[in-house]
Amino acid sequence: MWALLIRDLRLATRAGGGFGLSLAFFLIVAVLVPFGVGPKAATLALIAPGILWVGALLSCLLSLDRIFALDREDGSLDLLATSPIPLEGVVGIKALAHWLTTGLPLAAFTPVLGVLLNLPAAGFGPLVLSLLIGTPALSMIGAFGAALTVGLKRGGLLLSLLVLPLYVPSLIFGAEAARRGAEGQEILTPLLMQAGISLGTIALLPFAAAAAIRVNLR
Amino acid sequence: MSLWEYANPKKFMALSARVLPWVTGLAATTLLVGLVWGFFFTPDDFRQGSTVKIIYVHVPSAMMAINVWVMMLVASLIWLVRRHHVSALAAKAAAPIGMVMTLIALITGAVWGQPMWGTWWAWDPRLTSFLILFLFYLGYIALWQAIEDPDTAADLTSVLCLVGSVFALLSRYAVLFWNQGLHQGASLSLDREEHVADVFAWPLWVSMAGFGLLFLALVLLRTRTEIRARRLRALEARERMQ
Repeated sequence: MWALLIRDLRLATRAGGGFGLSLAFFLIVAVLVPFGVGPKAATLALIAPGILWVGALLSCLLSLDRIFALDREDGSLDLLATSPIPLEGVVGIKALAHWLTTGLPLAAFTPVLGVLLNLPAAGFGPLVLSLLIGTPALSMIGAFGAALTVGLKRGGLLLSLLVLPLYVPSLIFGAEAARRGAEGQEILTPLLMQAGISLGTIALLPFAAAAAIRVNLR
Repeated sequence: MSLWEYANPKKFMALSARVLPWVTGLAATTLLVGLVWGFFFTPDDFRQGSTVKIIYVHVPSAMMAINVWVMMLVASLIWLVRRHHVSALAAKAAAPIGMVMTLIALITGAVWGQPMWGTWWAWDPRLTSFLILFLFYLGYIALWQAIEDPDTAADLTSVLCLVGSVFALLSRYAVLFWNQGLHQGASLSLDREEHVADVFAWPLWVSMAGFGLLFLALVLLRTRTEIRARRLRALEARERMQ
């Protein structure tokens, strides 16, 4: 399992792996928003938590189709499916690798964009915390979506149609925690809900995703 | 004699051919009675005026929008557990109907909301969760259409339906957390004191039965179409082999 994790991390960080691409996308989204809504500091401060959450979600989406598609193309997915590790474990590891190369850097990079968007000082901690807690769920749900569409030739667009509605609860609680933090209210309730969603998806979705992969490899 | 006999497509076709005209006729009559009664033979509400009458379309379609998803969930489970093709095809046939029901509920709600709330749309929990339900229907239908092999498509859409149900429910309660409601609570109930007046309730019950029967008729018809389409494909494949 370690070997698989390290292999996936290596593939993602080397040239052509797309690491950094989602960060660049995140940056561009955050830069485009002020052009769209105007440069007023008060407006930006109001919408910054929500924009950053939506931006993180979209950048996460960008790299989802790589989770299984490349392995499927070169046949290593078949090998993984017949390996001694249960397929559920493979899915979990792949989601973890995706989170380590997307969710974690996104959360770490967010404060910089928060400065750009004039996020109130009290909001930085809650925003990063909510992203840290919430992005594992995004990766896991994304891995499930990628497993559903791995057999399709052009699954990318369909993938976003399938996955984005599933992201709604995470987005609601994450952005709520960030917004409350920025306004100086207590943030424990949305964070706990978010943690519940993340843990629930990590516990259950590997089974659904593995079932989908088995169907697709049939 | 058990229900599972009708998992045999041949038996299902025979039974549905006999039942379909009756269900269709009954649906048409009930809908006609319910809607005409509701629209022309009930008094105007003292505050809402005649706009209250949109309830006879809005409430039944909203109810069916949710029930159709539940029916798809049950059909998907039956497919995953017992591998009955009719079940998978029924789920496939039901999805567009459910999507249209959701759309009807959203549109009639907007038409009513404009004069009553002063706005076509508000990010109210009920409205928002219906919009999300609509997106779930879209994704489900798109997945059916994207996959060529019918068995693979049935398997994957069933898994999506199961996972989607959990998330749809989760979203339903997440949006309660997110915004306060503008939409009123349930108007109909079997056990509570507070209840819509009987003059309005009776035609509403009839319309709801009508929408239920309409769905039954449509889903039977569409499932029959799907079965025929699959037979046709099998015939074509056989001819190509020869």
